[in-house]
Amino acid sequence: MSAASPPIARISSRRRRTDQAARALLGAGTVVAVIPLVLVLYYLLKKGLPAWSIDFFTTDPTGKFFGDPGGIKSALLGTIEIVGLATLIAGPIGIGVAIYLTEYGRDSRFASAVRYFIDVMTGVPSIVFGLFIYITLVVTKVGGSGFAGWKGAIALALLALPIVTRSAEVVLELVPDSLREAALALGAPRWRVIMRVVLPAAAPGILTGVLLAVARAAGETAPLLFTATIVKASTFDLQAPMNSLPAQIFADVGQAQDRLVERAWGAALALVMLILIFTVLSRLLAGRSRLR
Amino acid sequence: MKWGLAALSAGVLALIGYFFIRLYIEAKPALSQFGPLGFTFTNNWDVQANEFGALPLVVGTLITSGVALVIGVPVAIATALFTTEFCPPRLRGLMGGTVDLLAAVPSVVYGLWGFFVLIPKLRPAEQWFSDTFSFLPFIGGHVAGPSYFIGGLVLAIMIVPIVSAITREVISTVPTDHKEAALALGATRWEMIKIAVLPYSRAGITGASMLGLGRALGETIAVTIVIGNAPVIGNSLFDQGYTLAAVIANEFGEAASDELHRAALIAAGLILFILTLIVNALARAVIVRGPARMADPIAESFGATG
Repeated sequence: MSAASPPIARISSRRRRTDQAARALLGAGTVVAVIPLVLVLYYLLKKGLPAWSIDFFTTDPTGKFFGDPGGIKSALLGTIEIVGLATLIAGPIGIGVAIYLTEYGRDSRFASAVRYFIDVMTGVPSIVFGLFIYITLVVTKVGGSGFAGWKGAIALALLALPIVTRSAEVVLELVPDSLREAALALGAPRWRVIMRVVLPAAAPGILTGVLLAVARAAGETAPLLFTATIVKASTFDLQAPMNSLPAQIFADVGQAQDRLVERAWGAALALVMLILIFTVLSRLLAGRSRLR
Repeated sequence: MKWGLAALSAGVLALIGYFFIRLYIEAKPALSQFGPLGFTFTNNWDVQANEFGALPLVVGTLITSGVALVIGVPVAIATALFTTEFCPPRLRGLMGGTVDLLAAVPSVVYGLWGFFVLIPKLRPAEQWFSDTFSFLPFIGGHVAGPSYFIGGLVLAIMIVPIVSAITREVISTVPTDHKEAALALGATRWEMIKIAVLPYSRAGITGASMLGLGRALGETIAVTIVIGNAPVIGNSLFDQGYTLAAVIANEFGEAASDELHRAALIAAGLILFILTLIVNALARAVIVRGPARMADPIAESFGATG
């Protein structure tokens, strides 16, 4: 028991070097992960901004291969219409299913089955949703026309539904049971507890999930290609074929024509901006939520 | 209200079932003409001759997804470990958020960027690699611009955020006791990760990677733009190819009038659907069977990305 022995053994230099190497390697991996984001944003700004002008946003594509290709008005408008409608469909249904799962179904076998298949839906490739809508709604000319904006919206809604449901479920579960019990003890019926106590408490979080789903849906191309298709003119008629930003970009990328490619970059920048706005909004809301 | 909501949930279930059946019915002309196995495993996709064997597409899908996993998963795990264990707590949210932003960039934009930036810039490096390591299998020869490799690389970028987010969730379920115990015994941070974090979260990380695989298999537009769309099995990683999802996106317009062609594309969609279904089901099984009881990391990650 000599007082001279050091209380803590020093870490051998080999172990310390391993630790530092691991730290450096993991840090390098993180940098590698972020590089593509920086590069994509850099090129979007560099090649997309020059394409932007007032005309770019206020004219429809002309469809001319040579000469003035026109702007992205119909695509921007179409994306807003289609995504808006998709949100109106997926939001209420998704939230409804989530309420059922947390408030009524809980751990019942039926609720577990629903949960499982909602998860399965998350994994279904978006193009398969497009195929499905094509088979069931487009070929059969439901509503009198083949391709239509609202059919694109349903394809996007199918895609957004599982995201809305799962995120809403997580948030609803965070609402403390004591809140529910207090309201029930006061004699409020179950539906009233849900409408007046649970939903208001969870609202910011649920909205966050919806916005995230919207952001995801807005960038999808594949389900729109053969449901709403690619057209030139702007339209407010949801029964008619409708243009969208991703579909317009996809059509322009394949063209060996500089001005069309330039429009593709400009449209891509607009699309990413739109999605970033939704993403940032959802984050701000998430920050406000008292449940997290 | 209870029954209304239950009916709504049941409706969603019914929809998924209907979904599957309709796909099968519509794919039937192609499946019965070539046989389900014949369709999947014949190396002959010839639209002109009305011959549809999807093997080149299946192979292309598997190769690009494989490349995406090999490149993407290590990067995603490194990112997750760095942000949770090494990063200063103050920067943690920022780092995680930045990686999550990768998921906000739409597929078609990755395609655009991949086609006009990645392909020309990487070509010299690919050619050098191809010439230098030509003794390796599937490497060597002329480097085509659009290729399996570029497709896989773009996919890797796209799966990093999902794999990383779920891995972060899984790692955050490692009990602090385990980590502190390791540190108290004198382990360095890395040793702590090795003995406390990784063994505990191995199942979850495997599941996260498989979810990434599911995402990569079904990703369409970005791959369609950068893979070259050649319905043959390439000789090397740097050859042009095709994937199941890409063939549907590309050929659907022209196939609308040709019943057999359309059925073949829908059958390709069906294969894709089943493939992703299996991968996702396995992923979930692996995650749920992980050690101890953990919160549902998949649901958590949906909440956490917000």
